[in-house]
Amino acid sequence: MTPILTIQNLIVQRGGVIVLDVRELNVEESRILALIGPNGAGKSTLLLTLAGLLKPSRGILRYKGRTIETNADRADMRRSVSVVFQEPLLLNTSVEKNVALGFKFRHLNNVEIKRNVDEALNYFGITALAKRSAKTLSGGEAKRVSLARAFALKPQVILLDEAFNSLDPPTRETLMDDLRHILEETKITAVMALHDREETLRLAQDAAVMVDGKIVQSGTTAGIFNRPDSEFVASFVGTETILEGTVKSGSAEMMEIAVAGETIQATGAFPVGQSVYCCIRPENITVSTDMPEKTSARNVFEAKISKITRQAFFYKMFLDCGFPLVAYITVSSCEDLGLCEGSVVAVSFKATAIHVMRRE
Amino acid sequence: MHRFKSTKWLITLTVVAALVVLGAANVFAAPKQKNIILATTTSTQDSGLLDKLIPLFEKQTGYFVKTISVGSGAAMKMGEKGEADVLLVHSPDAEKKLVDEGYGVNRRLVMHNDFIIVGPAADPAKIKGVKSSAEALKMIANANALFISRGDNSGTHAKEKTLWAKTGITPAKQKWYQETGAGMGHTLNVAAEKKGYTLTDRGTYLAIRKNLAALEILNEGDAALLNIYHVIEVNPVKWPKVNVAGSKAFADFMVSNNTQAIIKTFGVDKYGSPLFFPDAGKKVEDLGK
Amino acid sequence: MELIIQGIIKAFELLISFDPEVMSITWLSLKISGTATFISLFFGVSIGTAVALTNFPGKRLVISIINTGMGLPPVVVGLFVTILIWRNGPLGFLEILYTPYAMIVAQAIIATPIVMGISLASIQNLPPNLRLQILSLGASRMQMVWVLIKESKLPLLAAVMAGFGGVISEVGASIMVGGNIKGYSRVLTTATVMETGKGNFDIAIALGIILLILAFLVNLLLTHVQQRQHLR
Repeated sequence: MTPILTIQNLIVQRGGVIVLDVRELNVEESRILALIGPNGAGKSTLLLTLAGLLKPSRGILRYKGRTIETNADRADMRRSVSVVFQEPLLLNTSVEKNVALGFKFRHLNNVEIKRNVDEALNYFGITALAKRSAKTLSGGEAKRVSLARAFALKPQVILLDEAFNSLDPPTRETLMDDLRHILEETKITAVMALHDREETLRLAQDAAVMVDGKIVQSGTTAGIFNRPDSEFVASFVGTETILEGTVKSGSAEMMEIAVAGETIQATGAFPVGQSVYCCIRPENITVSTDMPEKTSARNVFEAKISKITRQAFFYKMFLDCGFPLVAYITVSSCEDLGLCEGSVVAVSFKATAIHVMRRE
Repeated sequence: MHRFKSTKWLITLTVVAALVVLGAANVFAAPKQKNIILATTTSTQDSGLLDKLIPLFEKQTGYFVKTISVGSGAAMKMGEKGEADVLLVHSPDAEKKLVDEGYGVNRRLVMHNDFIIVGPAADPAKIKGVKSSAEALKMIANANALFISRGDNSGTHAKEKTLWAKTGITPAKQKWYQETGAGMGHTLNVAAEKKGYTLTDRGTYLAIRKNLAALEILNEGDAALLNIYHVIEVNPVKWPKVNVAGSKAFADFMVSNNTQAIIKTFGVDKYGSPLFFPDAGKKVEDLGK
Repeated sequence: MELIIQGIIKAFELLISFDPEVMSITWLSLKISGTATFISLFFGVSIGTAVALTNFPGKRLVISIINTGMGLPPVVVGLFVTILIWRNGPLGFLEILYTPYAMIVAQAIIATPIVMGISLASIQNLPPNLRLQILSLGASRMQMVWVLIKESKLPLLAAVMAGFGGVISEVGASIMVGGNIKGYSRVLTTATVMETGKGNFDIAIALGIILLILAFLVNLLLTHVQQRQHLR
């Protein structure tokens, strides 16, 4: 399958400073790609470039295999690639006129415009807002109108910049679900700049991690979250525990790694003596009050709870078992087990749950 | 773009504006080649004489007269630069100079009235009854009584300066001497407000007397106070763009019997006495006799 | 006080009797200032928008010049226009000195920077990404500019008000380039000055009141449109 959008050796400069430097990026058709990374990483710039709204200083952008070079190419591409910005950017008129805007540019007749607009409004569940003035909408409603305006045009690719920012949690939840359904149904390719890991996991099949204008890792979302390439990506995708260690011994698929005087068993094949990072996602760690008698987990340690912090729906526990470890536990389990700071517990995690990467 | 509708108000605005432009073009298109620029003094305009004469002239000849009323000095400057076609002014010495330098031709006497010195009824300088106008000014100066001058190089201002020269007093920069730099009407208003003396032509004074309750005529009748109007055609040899025929037609009109008859009675119905005395064909030396 | 009451009574007499001279002066004022405002709207909006939407070296200088131009003293404009269109001046061949055309030119020059400055500011005040959003919805450059102008219509209405209000009440340039010729280039302001000079305060006050009513009506109309836009 050929990617619908590709970038090669692309450089964007602003005021003489390189703000985007992407060696390669492929946007696969009918999939959702998340661009993640800290603020100022260049996600928005990359979106604008993909949208044909920004002329790169150097490099190649291809849309459906065609190289986009001239202003006319970009204008042409904009007819099938739509952007939805972080702020709704609605015009000061009614909702239906806002949604009709793209069709006006395309000189559709009023009957066709009406049909398309009604369809889009219906899709986003905002038919009732059709006659309302854009000025009177709530944040969530405005966001839906702005999405409907872009989706109404049935673009080949839709680019969303921080789509769920500044929305209150319930609005955000429903919008996220609706958007995923619509994307699944319409098979529209989407690229989204996101800054939230949870959003990324829920929405995107592919992801690219950006920092300082560069893509440091790209691939499937699962791949990136479970097998980060670098400490930066690991910590950015929410691997709470990253331990420094050295490979002590190894067989075909199993290694023993020395970490702070303890030994951890992990899958993988690095040469003995190799310095490595061991990444353990908190949701992969099991906590119990007694030493488990029978467990498939290779790694079982006794640990002291050094700190407990309350998260939205769970507790985050900072554990000390010779090396630091972070685990999650549900609120009810924590209360049932009567855990508190200073309690001693048993922790266990599978060898396969540890992602080992080379440490330079 | 063509189907990209603008809102109603924009269309309305455009249509209204377009109508205005079309309408304007229609109305303004009327006079063109037959324009005459008449540079004249504020007194002929403010007295209302021109409002009566010019429509008559336009009707008779088909010319369109653009009357620019400024001070005599500025009017003659316009003649000197070829920015006017014909002048109707009252500053004899400067007029002679203009003609001598070749900028004006065919200078003809049209009419006269006289200047008067007006001032507050209380007359702090006690000039009432004094025969000589120069003497009256001297008394004003000696009494440090407020004197309001045009100060605008107009014919009236020129006359005032001539009179001051006779007294040997230099009024400029004196505390009691103030210049308005404005037309006769404005200057009279200022004099009335401030209860000062001023030199004015009788025509303007009579024409606007109803608003000048505070001012009375305190000195009049001196031969030195004659206010003489001439019409001068701007020399087309110096300025080829001058409307020669129009300029001559207007000058001829001003000295014609018919016009002179109108001047003779102008203002009688309203003010009880005429504002100007027609003098066409006379000699300056014979005036006031 | 008596003078003012007398003036107001006279004004209503002139208004109610549809005094032909007053009516023609009023109509001429409206035509000249309306045309000048329309011309300034065209140049002001197009140049203001162009400056707002393009980046070029010296842009800040240009914006400063436009903002300075918003306070252009009418008499200075009158002076320069007069010098230019004098019979023997560089544009003397046009033969428009002492005509309503010259007044339109001068008034348009006065109003254009006002309209330009307000258009520029209002286009610049739109969210920076709006342009990109509109382009991304498939607009051509022209369509994008048109949408932006429409989106700034309220400030642009304010610009029209400011421009028209500035020129209809302006006297310095009008008297210099128009000459206050009776029935031809005599407008409300120049007539007011002249009648004041003649000491005819009652007529001057009447003309002044008409000028006020006129300015008020135009603003009322525009405000009405503006408010309706707000409510929608």
